[in-house]
This record gives sequence, structure tokens and C-alpha cells, in this order.
Amino acid sequence: MIDNICLAFASLFANKLRALLTMLGIIIGIGSVIGIVTVGDSLTGSLTDSMNSIGASNITVSLQRKSSGEDGALMFGRSTPGSDDLITPAMIEDYRTQLGSRVESIALSRQVGSGTVSSGEDSASVTVTGVNADCQAVDNVTMTSGRFIRDEDGERMVAVVSDVFVESVFPTAREVLGQTFDVEVNGRLLRLYIAGVYEYQDDGTVSVDGSDPVTTVYIPIEAARRVLGESEGYQSLTVVGASTEDSTALLDDTEAFFASYYTHNDSYTVAAGSLETMLSTMAEMMSTVKLAVAAIASISLLVGGIGVMNIMLVSITERTREIGVRKALGARNSAIRVQFITEAVVICLVGGAVGIALGVGLGAAGASMLGYPARPSVAAMLLAAGFSMVIGVFFGYYPANKAAKLDPIEALRYE
Amino acid sequence: MSTPIIEMHGIVKTYFEGRPNELEILHGIDLVVQPGEFVSIVGESGSGKSTLMNLIGALDRPTRGSYRLDGVDVSGASSRQLSDIRNRKIGFVFQNFNLIGRSNAQKNVELPLLYAGVPPRERAKRAKSLLELVGMQDRARHRPAELSGGQKQRVAIARALACDAPLLLADEPTGALDTATSRSVMDLFHTLHREQGKTILLITHNPQLAAETDRVITLIDGRITREEKGGGRVD
Repeated sequence: MIDNICLAFASLFANKLRALLTMLGIIIGIGSVIGIVTVGDSLTGSLTDSMNSIGASNITVSLQRKSSGEDGALMFGRSTPGSDDLITPAMIEDYRTQLGSRVESIALSRQVGSGTVSSGEDSASVTVTGVNADCQAVDNVTMTSGRFIRDEDGERMVAVVSDVFVESVFPTAREVLGQTFDVEVNGRLLRLYIAGVYEYQDDGTVSVDGSDPVTTVYIPIEAARRVLGESEGYQSLTVVGASTEDSTALLDDTEAFFASYYTHNDSYTVAAGSLETMLSTMAEMMSTVKLAVAAIASISLLVGGIGVMNIMLVSITERTREIGVRKALGARNSAIRVQFITEAVVICLVGGAVGIALGVGLGAAGASMLGYPARPSVAAMLLAAGFSMVIGVFFGYYPANKAAKLDPIEALRYE
Repeated sequence: MSTPIIEMHGIVKTYFEGRPNELEILHGIDLVVQPGEFVSIVGESGSGKSTLMNLIGALDRPTRGSYRLDGVDVSGASSRQLSDIRNRKIGFVFQNFNLIGRSNAQKNVELPLLYAGVPPRERAKRAKSLLELVGMQDRARHRPAELSGGQKQRVAIARALACDAPLLLADEPTGALDTATSRSVMDLFHTLHREQGKTILLITHNPQLAAETDRVITLIDGRITREEKGGGRVD
């Protein structure tokens, strides 16, 4: 066997360009599959990692328009939810009583808008968001001084600002807690009292002009509601399950709970979702893509395999005399067959190996271009190697068998 | 008396049997070669010389007649058995050497041993000693393309000796060589015959070379027409 492998490599090196061209089909086929799989795995792998860190199991409950294909009510339904459609505090209270033991926190938030705070020549850009106390846990807010928004704050105009904000607006102040500042949001001037300062966390976004980042100013959600002049109720909320809770089950129960309030609502219902469910949807999509690429690659491999078969037939014709000599020296038909199948397998395996290397290289390059660490899949590589071997055996068998069946006299006489 | 190396009786070889273009090449050959003999078969082209050589070499089976090689029946052997017979019983020497171009001299000599299933270390050892026997020990790593005609034929003879086959079958071994080289190759055959007691069958169209052997068999139109004692080696 080792002799056959050495022999196969010898004949490969004897015709380097030809061998390379023959392998090309295999290289492209295997390379594209490995490349796509590497990019895909890197993508899903990194997303899983990052989502676990930001809380993939957080459940977002939000209002959704009912899709009613049958009567076209969608077209005439209210396009924005009215006050009757919103999730009411009463529903949330009920939810807390019924499922509270399984829930760690329920975060409510409402964007008020973005605005500018000026102090002297300096100014800071902020977004003002109304939140409840539970948002601290959900958003991973770390306080450096003072306190976060409390539910007792009600409609009071207190604010929790970032340390970055403090540095630019109150650069000299020794104590900012209790200070007031004015912020213009949506054409309205709000005067807010600083109740706490949180540590700004760089989320990786770089401001274009190098100015200070836009930070969030948290105010009580009731205050936000009053500022916006909206009715009591929420379009969405975030539920964090207890750590022992199965998030999928909680998600289903949460959706069922809120949806029960909307069975008679023509236009709206609630839907619950989590990054986890999004992630599995994405993984499904990814596997569909992989399957499609595998299908295309298998065509390339088929073409490559036919190329291998073709070159083996050529090689056998060229080496007819050699085959005759081998037979005269006592090679059994099986020995000749094994020799040429080995040669085909070696071509395919070398092609496969180059393809794997190329695929991993391109996949890693692609992944890093998308900003994800590369994760080459060992299983895919082994599978690819196995598959190239199968191609070699499959497409090498016919030529090898042809060689094995050559008549030694004819073969010896061949010029 | 010991078993003859070649024992052929009433060998007939017909091509295209049963078809309109049926062609009988050999019309009943009887040939017995005893161990240790150096026999030559001479004949013009078209005399059936090659066909007879193919039969003796177990590359083909006779249409009719019986052929025993070193006591083994060849006429009824399967293709797999023929392979093994060729491997163990016959050492081929061809006119155009037929060395494998990609392999070096030693690997070429090892080839029959490979098919005989001899382990690598032993193969190498045997190949080296055979190359030494034919005076080619310094060229073991050379490829056929790097060897002269006479050197190639020496390597080919070493290869023919590899499995220590009872019969050395040489088909026009000097046909592609100049006179001086031919001489040295013939001398090698004589040495092998005399010192190793090899049974050698030389097929040639050259009467002078044939005359050096113990026995000369002349083949004309598929029949053995003459058998005479050769003069042996002329020094």
C-alpha cells in the first residue's frame, strides 16, 4: 500500500501541471464548502457568544398588528396602536402576580427623543429615555454615584446621567448629584435633577467627528409618558426570567398570557420573542445556505471527479506499456486495480487537502472581514477529506479496472 | 530424471477461433527443456516465434495442447494463476528493457518481489545483491533514463533474477544494443548459466548468438523444423 502511495505521488510529480488542473475541480468544490461553512460557523458562533453576554434569553414582549389575510382588515385597521391597544400597567401587575415567581425583572422603557444639553460653550448630545427600576438590571447599568431611577419616582423630573455626560457638562463641579440641567427634546425644554451617575460603557460605536459619544439620560417612565402626553400603557416591555427558568417555556407562557387580553382586539396582539429564538431562526437560515452551497459544490465535485476519471484514462493509455511490464512481472489484476485507484484517491485527497486549506483561509478572511473570529469546523474538514476519498474511489474505479483488464501481450506491444 | 522446466506437447495457437478470419499460428509444438539448459529459439519474423514466447512466458494460454512449466500446468491456469506463475517461475528479459521510467534501478529490480509479497527490507537487500551480481551496484539510485542501453539491460536481467525463477526467458535481449554491449550481455547470460546453473531460453533471429547456446531450435511457419546442438560459447 505504501508502495502504491509512493508510486501515486511519483506519477503526480511527473505531471505537475496536469495533476493541478485535474485537482482544480476538487479544490474549488471542497474549498467553497469549507469556506462557507467556516464563515457560517464563525458568524453563528460569535453571535451566540455575544448574545449570551448581553442576555439572549431576555424576552421582548411587543404589540404587533394582527395579520388578517382573510378579510383584509389590516388595510383598514388602525395603523398606530390607540390607547385601548397598549399593554396596560394592570396587565403587567396581573402578569407579575401570576408568573412573578419565574421572572426576575420586567423592564419598561420609552424613548422620549434625542436632545442637546448646553453649558457655556460646551454641549453634549443625549437621548432621553423613560425607564422603570428594572431597566437597571436589563441594561446592565453600573452606578458610580447616586442611585438609579426608582418606581417611586413617579412623574418626578429626576435623571440618571453618564459619567461622560458629567465630564462635558459639569467639568468643574465637585458634586453633580442634585444639580439641574436643561435639555431640549422635541422642541420642549425639560429641567432635570441629577439623581445618579452611571458608568458609560463603550459599545464599540465610534463617533464620526471624534466628539463625545451620545449618552443616555434616564428619566422615570411616568415622567416620560407625561412629557410625551401619552396615555398610560406600553408598546413593549422586556422580561428577564429567573436564572433557573427555561427561557423557551417562559417565552411561550408570557406570550400566551398577554395574548389572552387581545383575543377580541381586531387590530393588535402581542408577540414575545428573544434573541435566542432569533438566533435559532438564523441558524436555520444558515444551514439552508450551507445546504445550497453544498449542492452547488457537489456539482463542482462531480465535474472534478469526471476530470479525475478522464485524466486517469489518459494516464492509463500513456502507461499501457508499464502496465504490461507489471503484469509480465507477475502483478495480479487486483494489484494493478489497487495501484490506479490509489492514484486517483491520492489526486482527490491532495486536491481535497488544498481545497480545505483554501477554504479555511478564505473562510477565515471572510469572517475577519465581517469582524468575527474564524472558527474552522474540524467536522466539516474530516467530512471533506472523506468525501474526496470517496470521489477518488468512485471515479478511479472504472479506469483502474480498465487497466487491470488489459491483455499483457497487447500492453507490452503498445508503442 | 528431474522434472523438465518446459514440457510442451502438441501446442496449437489459433487466433480468431471460429471466425472467418481464423488464423492458426502454431501447428503443434513439442518442446522439452531440462533444468540447466541454455536453449535458443531462432526464426524469422512471422514464424510464430513471438506467439511461442508468449505461451512459454505464461502471458497467454494455448488453444490446444499441454504445457507444464516447472511441473505446473499452464494450459488450464486462470488469469490469476498465470500472474503468479509469471511472478514465481519466469524471469523476463525484453528487447527494449521495459524498465519503469519513474523508478530507479533498485526499485525496478524490487518490482517482482513486491508482487511476490516480499517485505520492503528484504526486497531492498535482495535487489542490492542482484545489482551487484550484474555489476550495477553503483547505479542503484539511477533512473533508467540516466543509464546506457547495456546498463539498462543489466538492470533488467537483475530484475528477471529477482524471484529466483526456474526459467530465464530472454526475448531478443541484444536487439537494441550495439555489438560490444551485446557481447557483454551475452557474457552475462553465459556466466549465469555456467555459475548459477540457470535455465535460459533465448529467443533471437541472430544465428550467431543462437549458435553460442547448448541447443538451437529453428521455427519456421509455426513448426519446429530443426533442432541442433549449439557450439556453446565461443571465446
